[in-house]
Amino acid sequence: MSYTEFLAEYGPRFLDGLQVTAIQFLLAAVLAVMVSLVMGLGKLSSNPALRWPAVAYIEFFRGSSLLVQLFLLFYVLPLFGLTFDKYVTGFLALGLNLGAYGAELVRGGIQAVPRGQWEAAYSLSMSPAKRMWRIILPQALLNMLPPWGNLIIELLKGTALVALIAVPDLMFEARQINGSTFLSAQSFGTALIMYFVFARFIVTPFMRWLERFMTRKLGRA
Amino acid sequence: MEWNWEFTWEIMPRMLVATGNTLIAAGLGYSIAIVLGLFLALAQRTPISLLTLIVREFVEFIRSTPLVLQIFFVYYVGPQYGIDLSPWVAGMIAIGLHYSAYLSEVYRGGIESVPVGQWEACRSLSLSTSDTYFRIIIPQALPPSVAGMGNYLVGIFKDTPMLSVIGVAELMHAANAIGGQHYRYLEPYTIVGVIFLLISLPSAGVIRVFETWVRRKLGMI
Amino acid sequence: MEDLSQYPLELPESDKPMVRFQNVTKRYGALTVLDDLNLDIAEGEMVSIIGPSGSGKTTVLRMLMLERIQGGVIYVDGKPLTHMQQRGRLVQASEKYLRQAREPVGMCFQHFNLFPHMTALQNCMEGPVQVLGMSKKNARERSEELLELVGLIDKKDQHPSRLSGGQQQRVAIARALAMRPKVLLLDEVTSALDPEVIGEVTEVIKGLVSAHNLTIMMVTHQMGFAREISDRVCFFFGGKIEEQGAPADLFDNPQRERTQQFLSAVKSAD
Repeated sequence: MSYTEFLAEYGPRFLDGLQVTAIQFLLAAVLAVMVSLVMGLGKLSSNPALRWPAVAYIEFFRGSSLLVQLFLLFYVLPLFGLTFDKYVTGFLALGLNLGAYGAELVRGGIQAVPRGQWEAAYSLSMSPAKRMWRIILPQALLNMLPPWGNLIIELLKGTALVALIAVPDLMFEARQINGSTFLSAQSFGTALIMYFVFARFIVTPFMRWLERFMTRKLGRA
Repeated sequence: MEWNWEFTWEIMPRMLVATGNTLIAAGLGYSIAIVLGLFLALAQRTPISLLTLIVREFVEFIRSTPLVLQIFFVYYVGPQYGIDLSPWVAGMIAIGLHYSAYLSEVYRGGIESVPVGQWEACRSLSLSTSDTYFRIIIPQALPPSVAGMGNYLVGIFKDTPMLSVIGVAELMHAANAIGGQHYRYLEPYTIVGVIFLLISLPSAGVIRVFETWVRRKLGMI
Repeated sequence: MEDLSQYPLELPESDKPMVRFQNVTKRYGALTVLDDLNLDIAEGEMVSIIGPSGSGKTTVLRMLMLERIQGGVIYVDGKPLTHMQQRGRLVQASEKYLRQAREPVGMCFQHFNLFPHMTALQNCMEGPVQVLGMSKKNARERSEELLELVGLIDKKDQHPSRLSGGQQQRVAIARALAMRPKVLLLDEVTSALDPEVIGEVTEVIKGLVSAHNLTIMMVTHQMGFAREISDRVCFFFGGKIEEQGAPADLFDNPQRERTQQFLSAVKSAD
């Protein structure tokens, strides 16, 4: 079977898989952003009742492996009566895990805002919430967008693990096709290229655009 | 579902042996990555722009595609062309290669952090290119690289569970096997999570201490 | 491409300055930093280069050590530095040739650029051992002598981070001298120093001028110092030598309007 024939026959399945991957990726990304904001701000809080849970969360999810967390969610939570659909389990594990890494970026980005900005906001008698939301966070966002670009790629790569709980994503399809054709170079190679194209020509350019857009919007260009 | 301590102690020896394998896998993979990464970093600094471009894209490719897929690729593509790789060999190649791409970026960053004046001083003494790199630049690139190198050592450790997919007998593989035999997943997966936490939590502190030690060793503080 | 056949392969004994810039042009992209520079520096001469920022004065030094030029030829001790002979003609120098040709040239920098992971002594020994192939014993002796000369022998086992700026610059001078250069380039060596330690560095430089038959080119902002120790002062403006002469003439009786403006601006700033 030539590679063109291979693509003609299995191309649609790869594309189906890519679609599942893309959806998992988007949902997990949204979740990760929310989690990282909550946990990042929590870790910076002066209130120990907010700080310690955030620290524990971040350390737990960064300290144990993503695959372990996925399996714990998928195999162990149902034992306690908490059953999610495998699709939900997939992006949930991803978002919760990458959110912990993102929380550290949020924290670092906020801490990198110069002291003078805090003092200036304080001198205008802004409330703490306003100070954070209107003055500090927008500047922190600019600081942390470049590392977020890397994190988002990690998230995309992480989606491949949901294949191991039978979510039919790109990785899953590649394994299935490999199992039935034994054309491993073609099956896995095609999937590798698709992930690469997705990352390099869609995700990364989008993050770059976002960076430029935010820079302009915040008048730093 | 309740936690079964008897079962926990029964499977503990097996889990500990598997922990040893996990550490060996991480150590071997990291050794490969540390050496290969240096070549990938230096290759991007040669005056041959074609080589630089190819290596650059290769590094990007490795970094933006899922490790688990790369593991499958290395393991299954060999036999298609008559090269049989054992799970361990395939796993070490895949994970070593994957992390060499990351480490090459750490090295590159470290080298670029050395002030341009150091290069000029080398020129003013007519040092050869290899003396410039190995005696002056790389020793100075080391301390700022230590943190990144340490993070990826922890990273490779946390990614070893993915090796279970091709049957490397590390922790995740043992947990899967035990779970399948006894139809109990709670204990094995929880133990895996705890072991990962126990090893990776202190690592940040250890890395910081080591970084200080390197700086002191080089007389830079 | 420039016709290189107009330049001699080597300078004759009868007309052999230590450094010769002949029709030298240096550009960064579209920006011409030095325009058709012609300058001879005699053996043992101490030349100071002054001028406003952006006048190209630092570039004069950097071309001898760090950067390529776009036109003309630079000779050091009669031999071409920027070019090499190939089948009886001058061609662009290879990296390897450049490195060798630059061996008789030493340089000290504004920010010292000492190797932070080496002690003062190791900094001085690095070039002699690695480049000149000197034995460690000999290199150590020479380096210790030089550290003695700059008054830092008691600091020889300290790393740069433990030394003050003035001390670091003196080590850097010793490091450059350890290569036994014929030409020493001093690029604003006192500009990054606190005022109270400038004196210790200028004292060392004065010692060099009187004790060694060393050719020195110094870029500086310290007019008083330049006047005190130079044989000749060159005032650069807009990539050209606007005026040059003995320090007494140039400082007391500048001929050109731009020189006068520059000197009076510097004076009023002091």
